[in-house]
Amino acid sequence: MSQFLPALVSILFHGLAYAMVLYLAAVGLSVTMGLMGFANLAHGVFAMAGGYLTITLMAALGVGFLPALAVAILAVAAASVVLERTLYARLYTASEIDQVLFTIGLVYMATAAATFFWGPSPQHLALPAALQGDIPLVGRQFPTYRAFVIVMGFATALGLWAGIERTRFGAMIRAAVDNRAMARSVGIDTDRLFSLTFALGGGLAALGGGIGAEILSIHPAYAIEHLVYFLIVVAVGGMGSIRGPFFAALLLGIGDTACKYLFPEIGAVFIYIALFILLLWRPAGLFGRA
Amino acid sequence: MARLGTLLCALAFGATVAATPPARAAETVKVGVILAYSGQAAASVKQMDEAINLYMKLHGKELGDTKLDLIRRDDTGPNPDMAKRLARELITRDKVNLLAGFYFTPNINAVAPLATEAKVPVIIMNAATSASIRLSPYLVRVSQTLWQQSYPLGQWAGHHGIKRAYIAVTDYGPGHDAEAAFARGFTEAGGTVVGHVEMPLKNADYVPFLQRIKDEKPDALFVFVPGSRDAAALMRAYSDLGLAAAGVRLIGTGDIVPDNELAEMGNVPDGVVTIGLYSAVADRPANKAFVAAWKAEYGPDAVPSPFAVGAWDGMAAIFHVVKAQHGKIDPDRTMQLLKGWRDDDSPRGPIMIDPQTRDIVQNMYIRKLERVNGKLANVEVETIPMVQDPWPKLNPPK
Amino acid sequence: MTKLDRRTAAVHPVDHIAHSHRLRWPEALPWLLIAATYLLFPSYLALGSQVLIMVLFALSLDLVLGYAGIVTLGHAAFFGLGAYTAGLLAAHGWSEPISALFAAAVVAGAFGAASGAIILRTSGLTLLMLTLAVVSLLAEAANKADSITGGADGLQGIVINPLLGRFDFDLYGRTAYLYCAAVLLVMWYVVRRLVHSPFGRSLTGIRENRLRMHAIGAPVRRRLVTAYAIGAAVAGVAGALQAQTTQFVALNVISFHLSAAVLIILIFGGAGRLYGAFVGAPIYMVAQDMLSRLDPVYWFFWVGLLLVLVVLFARGGILGCVDGVRRRWP
Repeated sequence: MSQFLPALVSILFHGLAYAMVLYLAAVGLSVTMGLMGFANLAHGVFAMAGGYLTITLMAALGVGFLPALAVAILAVAAASVVLERTLYARLYTASEIDQVLFTIGLVYMATAAATFFWGPSPQHLALPAALQGDIPLVGRQFPTYRAFVIVMGFATALGLWAGIERTRFGAMIRAAVDNRAMARSVGIDTDRLFSLTFALGGGLAALGGGIGAEILSIHPAYAIEHLVYFLIVVAVGGMGSIRGPFFAALLLGIGDTACKYLFPEIGAVFIYIALFILLLWRPAGLFGRA
Repeated sequence: MARLGTLLCALAFGATVAATPPARAAETVKVGVILAYSGQAAASVKQMDEAINLYMKLHGKELGDTKLDLIRRDDTGPNPDMAKRLARELITRDKVNLLAGFYFTPNINAVAPLATEAKVPVIIMNAATSASIRLSPYLVRVSQTLWQQSYPLGQWAGHHGIKRAYIAVTDYGPGHDAEAAFARGFTEAGGTVVGHVEMPLKNADYVPFLQRIKDEKPDALFVFVPGSRDAAALMRAYSDLGLAAAGVRLIGTGDIVPDNELAEMGNVPDGVVTIGLYSAVADRPANKAFVAAWKAEYGPDAVPSPFAVGAWDGMAAIFHVVKAQHGKIDPDRTMQLLKGWRDDDSPRGPIMIDPQTRDIVQNMYIRKLERVNGKLANVEVETIPMVQDPWPKLNPPK
Repeated sequence: MTKLDRRTAAVHPVDHIAHSHRLRWPEALPWLLIAATYLLFPSYLALGSQVLIMVLFALSLDLVLGYAGIVTLGHAAFFGLGAYTAGLLAAHGWSEPISALFAAAVVAGAFGAASGAIILRTSGLTLLMLTLAVVSLLAEAANKADSITGGADGLQGIVINPLLGRFDFDLYGRTAYLYCAAVLLVMWYVVRRLVHSPFGRSLTGIRENRLRMHAIGAPVRRRLVTAYAIGAAVAGVAGALQAQTTQFVALNVISFHLSAAVLIILIFGGAGRLYGAFVGAPIYMVAQDMLSRLDPVYWFFWVGLLLVLVVLFARGGILGCVDGVRRRWP
C-alpha cells in the first residue's frame, strides 16, 4: 500500500504532462474542423514547424527559450494565415476527400522539406537551467520541465476558455460553428473570422510543438506520426468544441500512461480500445453536438 | 471516360521504359543496393550511403579498368513486397551481378528465395535477425546479429556485479531476439531477470515504463529499442526520472547510443554501458584513418556510426570479389571467395565471414559512455575477441 | 456528385440509367493496355503485378468509399486478412492458389460484415476513427501472435503450387502478372455488375441522400454493411494475390499507411467512377517508382506536390478532371 500513493501520483503527473502536449497540439484542429468543416490532416505540420523554429532560434541565434517560443508561435500563426488565404480558402467548398488528399500532399512536402533542412534525426531542445532538474511532489522527485508543461497547458486552456466564452471574437466563433450561414447573414465577416481562427489554431499547435519538444520529439515524420493521436483527441472531444479536446486529452494522456505503467503488455492498444469504446458510446464525442 | 487517364498511364509506362539504360559494357560489375532511403530509418541509411560513397571515392582506383556500377533503390521501410519487386527488377532488368544493402529483416527474408532462384549473391549490410542467413545459400552478412550483441552482454553483466536485471525491449521480432539472448547469457552467468516489459513499436514517451522499472529497483536495466529516435526518448526518460541516482544502471545494445547522434541526443546520462561492433573513438590505426577520411569528406563534426561501418565493410567484401574475379562475376565462385574472407584492418578491428554459417565473426566491444574532450563518446573498455553468432549452435538446423 | 454530363443529359435520364450497364468501347481500354504491357514491356511485369493488385485493392475501396460513401482509413485490415489467410494456408500445406483466394475472400468478408455491423452505426469523422481503431487493433494482434504470423520478421515458408497445376511462378513474373490480370478481370466484372444492379443504385442513393433513402423505406444500415462486407472480400482477394505473388507476408499489409495509400490512389484517380482505380493506381505507382529512382531521399516531396496540384487543378481526381474537360468541349 505504501507503493500505491506515489505510483498514483507518478501516473497522474506524467499523464498530465503528456495530455497537455496532446491538447495544445490538437485543440486548433478541433476548432478548424468544427468551424470550417475542413479536414486539415496537415495540422501537425504547424506543431512541427513550431518545434523546429523554437529549437533553431535557440541553437543558431542564442535566443532564450521563452522568446524563441513566442517568435515561433507568431511566425507559424502568420504563415498559417498566408496558407489559409492562398490555398485552404480555395478548398472550403471542396469535398471532404479532396481536402484529405490535399492536406496529405502538404504533409508529404513538409516532411521532405524538414528532412532537407534539418536532417532526419530528432532535434534536441536545450532547456534553460530553470527548467532542468527536479521538484519534489508527495515524496517523489518530478522533472521541472514537465511541471512547466502542465502549468502552461492549464493556463492556455483557461485562457482559451475565457477568450471563447467571454469575448466578442469568441461569440462570433461560437455563432459560426453553430450556423455558418446565419452568422454570415447577421453581418459577421466569416472570411476574416476563418483566417483569425486558423491563425489561432496554427499558433496553438506551434506552442504545443515547441513546448512539448522534449516529450514528443521533433523530427521530419512528426506530422504524420502524431496525426492519429491528434485526430483521436478531436474525435473523442467532439469536433468544434474547446472543452472537449481538453478532457479528451486528459482521459487519453492519463489513461495511456496508467495503462503503460500498470499493464504494459497491452500498452500499445489501450488508446485504440478506448477510442473504440468511447466513440461507440458517444459517436459525436464527449462534448460534440450530435 | 477512362480515355485520357489510360493514355497518361501508357505515356508513363513508355517514359519509364525510355529511361532504362542501354546494355552494359563487358567489364562492368553491377551492384543493386536496396536500402530504406526514406522513412523511419533514413538517418541510419544516410550514414550507410555516405560510407558506400566514401569507399568508392577512396578505393575506386583499385579496380583498374573494371567499372563498378551501383544502382540504388529505396524500399521505404519494412516493406517486403516492395523490396522483393525491386530485387526482381534489378535482377531481370538491370542484370545486376550482386545485391547489397537491406536495412530491415522482413525485406531480406522476402528477397532470399529470389537470390537462390537467380543465383545472385547478397551482401547484408544491416538486417540483424540470426535466422535470416539460413534462408538462402547466397546470403552473406557483414553487419551483426542481435544474439551476437545481447548474449555476450548478458554474460558480461552477470560477471560484473549485476545480480538483478530488468529487460525492456520493443515489442517486435528483433526486440524478442534481444530479450531472449540477453536473458540466456545473463542467467548462464548467474544473474536473475527480475522483470521484463515489451514496449510498443510506436511509442513517443518512455516515462511510464521506466517509472515502473524504477519502482522495482533492479541493479541494471537492459534495453533494446530500434533507432535513434526511440533511443533519445528513452535516455530522456532515464534522466528525467533519475534512475541513475536510484542505482539502476543502463545497459544495452549499441543501438541506444549511436555515435553520430550523441551530440544531438541531449541529456544522455554518463556511464551507459553498451555492447557494439564499433566505436568512432576507438584507437585502432585503421579506425583513425577511417574517421579522418570521414571528417575530411563530411565535415569536422561528422561522426561515422556502426551502420556506416557495416556498409563500409560490405563494400570491402564487394571489392574483394570483384578484384579476385577481375570483373567477371560468377555467383558460386563469389560465394566461395566470401566464405572465410577476412579483413584484419577494418575500422572495427579484425572481421571474418564464417565459412559454415556465412555470418560475420568479429570482436564485440564493451563500451562506456564518457566525455572525451568535452564530447560524449562510447569508449571501448573491454574487448570480447572474435565472437560468433551464438544462435545457430543453440538452434541447429532441422 | 451526379455524373450526368451535358452530352448524356440530352438523353432521357431514365434511358441513361437503364443503359449504363451496357459495355461501351472505352471500357476495353484498360484490358488492351494490360495486354499490351505484357507483350511490349516484359521486364516491367513485377511492377505490373503490383499495380494490378493495387488496382483491385482500390477497386474494392471504390465500392465502399465511392459508391457507398463510407470514408475509411482501415481498409488495409481486409487486405491484410486476405494476405495472411492465403499466406498461412500456403505455409501449412495448402499450396493451391485459386482455392486460397476464395478462402481469403470469405475470411475478409466475414470480418468486414462483423466489424461493419458494429461501426457503421456512425458516420463522418467518428466512423473514420473507428475504422482506424479496427486496423490498428488488428495490426497489433498480428504482431503479438508472432508464433503464428511470424510477426515483424514476416511469415516464412510460403510455397505456392504452379497455377492450374501447370504454370510456375517464374522469376520474370509472367505467370504472376497474367494471374493478377485474370483475377482482376473477374473481380471487375463482379463489381461492375454490382454497381449497376438495383443494390448498387441504392448505395449511390444512400451516399447522396441518406435521409431520403430512409424515408422511402430502404434498409440503409443493412445495405451499407453488405457493401462494406463485399468491399472487404474483394480487398481480401487483393491481399491474397499479393501474398501469393510475393510469396511472403509481413506486418506492412495491415497498416494505417497502406490504408492511407490506397485512399490516396483512389481519390487521385477519381472515386465513385469504377475506373478511378484503373487510372489512379498505375499513374501513382509509376510516378512513385520513377521519382524514387531519380531522387531516392526526397521523392515524397514530389508525390506530395503532385497530390496538391491534382486537388487544386484537377478536382475530383484525374477522371473528374477528364469529365470537366469533356463538359467544356462537348
